[in-house]
Amino acid sequence: MGDEFQTPYPSYNVLDKWNSPSWNGQTRRVVAHRLNNVPDRRFFTEPEWTILSALCHRVIPQPERADPVPIAPFIDQELYEGKSHGTHYATLPPDKEAWRRGLAAIDEEARHSYQRPFADLSDSERDAIIKAVDTGEVHSSVWGDMPPREFLRKKVLRDIVRIYYAHPSAWSEIGFGGPAAPRGYLRLTMDRRDPWEAREERQAHVRGAPKP
Amino acid sequence: MRCYSESEEVDFAIVGTGAGGGVLAARLAEAGFSVIAFDAGPFWRPLEEFASDEREQSKLYWLQNRISGGEHPIEFGENNSGRAVGGSTVHFQMVALRWRPEWFAARSKLGYGFDWPVSWEEMWRYYAEIEDAMKISGPVNYPWGPPRGRYPYRAHEVNAAGLVLAKGAEALGVPWAPTPLATVSAPRGRSHPCVYRGFCKTGCSTNAKQSMLITFVPRAIKAGCEIRDLAMVGRIETRNGRVTELVYHRAGEWRRQRAKNIVVAGYAIETPRLLLSSASAEFPDGLANGSGLVGKYFMAHSNDAAWAVMPEEIRWYKGPPSMAVCEHWNYEDKKDFHGGYAFMSQGPLPVDFATALVANTGVFGAELREWMALYNHMGGLKIVGETDPQENNRVELSDEKDEFGLPLPKITFSYSENDKNLQQHSKKFMRSMLEAAGGSNFFDTTSTAHLMGGCRMGFSPKDSVVNALGRSWDISTLWVCDGSLFPTSGGVNPSITIAANAARIADGIKALGARGEL
Repeated sequence: MGDEFQTPYPSYNVLDKWNSPSWNGQTRRVVAHRLNNVPDRRFFTEPEWTILSALCHRVIPQPERADPVPIAPFIDQELYEGKSHGTHYATLPPDKEAWRRGLAAIDEEARHSYQRPFADLSDSERDAIIKAVDTGEVHSSVWGDMPPREFLRKKVLRDIVRIYYAHPSAWSEIGFGGPAAPRGYLRLTMDRRDPWEAREERQAHVRGAPKP
Repeated sequence: MRCYSESEEVDFAIVGTGAGGGVLAARLAEAGFSVIAFDAGPFWRPLEEFASDEREQSKLYWLQNRISGGEHPIEFGENNSGRAVGGSTVHFQMVALRWRPEWFAARSKLGYGFDWPVSWEEMWRYYAEIEDAMKISGPVNYPWGPPRGRYPYRAHEVNAAGLVLAKGAEALGVPWAPTPLATVSAPRGRSHPCVYRGFCKTGCSTNAKQSMLITFVPRAIKAGCEIRDLAMVGRIETRNGRVTELVYHRAGEWRRQRAKNIVVAGYAIETPRLLLSSASAEFPDGLANGSGLVGKYFMAHSNDAAWAVMPEEIRWYKGPPSMAVCEHWNYEDKKDFHGGYAFMSQGPLPVDFATALVANTGVFGAELREWMALYNHMGGLKIVGETDPQENNRVELSDEKDEFGLPLPKITFSYSENDKNLQQHSKKFMRSMLEAAGGSNFFDTTSTAHLMGGCRMGFSPKDSVVNALGRSWDISTLWVCDGSLFPTSGGVNPSITIAANAARIADGIKALGARGEL
């Protein structure tokens, strides 16, 4: 299975609505800041950064984009600023420690299975490591008492999708209406679309239901 | 806004301005009491300060970490906790359902949980008051429970996500209804009708949502109540069995406010946390804790969901997220578990949906992007499932401290066997409904919603933290008025029950005052 991705909405760009009644001033300010201020690395070390970038690349591969949506810089920013989300799961160390330990452990898993660092693996090898972390088939002692699946799902995957799907490019590719104040919508029922919503140009592909 | 000096002993200092504290502040101020309502969060101006953006709007949530343990640890933050004037009603999804009458006597009438020290008839009178004050938009006929009056505003047109539920319910032969919602379907004062922008969970930027911020907080101010925002209350002081003052952190320093009565309305985590962390030589186990029950019998709702790909374009981002509801299993007792659940149609925004997807399935890579590209074809049903009140599900103080030096709360939560049976039942039923509606490619997710209990009201100083009016059995000038009072959780969203209960408590306090018993 390759990384190719085709959006069902190739002609839609949510940013085309920037000056429309769907985008109020405060929304424009917030989104402009996100697009124009990609933070520098301040929390992770350079070796950690390399592992994190490789991980982001596999969780959200973007082969069709010359300029991919940046993800790692925003994870780094949240950790540097010590931003909390409201929950400290008792089974996981505090965020900063969980991330450092988890990245080191993933790298060790790569070395154990393939005798190379994670960032040097092929795409399919990296995917195999991520799946092993999810199923708990791990070998590294670096994990300690941190459950690998919890780290993967509650930190890695969660943080990555929360950054990626907050980006206008992601809104466009899934046909999300995006910001909608003050105008909102008029046509609410099935198969109805306001003129300022995405037009579906081809059927989305279904590979089968994800398994819990 | 009227302001009080810190040395003035006000009649009531209320900690929290959500569905409990907001209603109580307005009703007590209108009754002539001097009132200050404190909130840890800011006093937002939605028209200028709310963006249409999930990430930005996380500013509405209580993001300070809570330690979450037990077999089924709860997610806090955006999942259930607000930090703003208006509390969680600023980001709630506006679902305004009444309790089934029998639930107020769950132990005597249905054989599980505990009875409330309140009759359903009394609660129903206050529901009517709250529904009118919040101008609930609802259907002409509601299919479940005893007859009720007309909702003040007509129901909204049901969106496609809701029509998936309707189609499935009709195919399976169970009733459904447009959800009664606290967002206006016609103009009200300075609120325009809802424009269906769909960002309800991240704060309404058009003020159609009838949150506390739009309804009871302005009423409170008009009646002479002071709202003191960005004020984190850290401690309640007592002397000779009476409260004397609140200690709170505002604008970089600790300050004190004198008050005759103090009402804690910080919701099911912060209320027990404040009572426990106010422990003193006089009350070494925390305030109002003679029963040892402060923080115990804490509950959440199970929030399991079934999802499917629909052949039609659904575009569930339009309109309030839950526009259709089915309460069939709240009113049907022939089933293999006690308690009940409502379920509603869903409309999660992209970040919210992607988070649920990866947390529950671990999907990643191109497959994840493809699943997200089905966003406009997804249909979903999600429960608000009753959970058992269990002593071991609890809020305690940890050894860790927050930025104010206050102990962080530690929460322990595990589902009971009955809770799990309920969840299983719901997932099976909702999947069959999505199938009947024409869906395919099914999957389930699990989560929790809402927080309740931890300072339950009851019949005696042994069985509860406070009496039926939220008054501490131990300290007669200390009160609780929020969701932490719930002895059981019920199978519907708690907001209007918290609000109705607060209006009832306000009338009780007024009556006590008139008799000189405060």
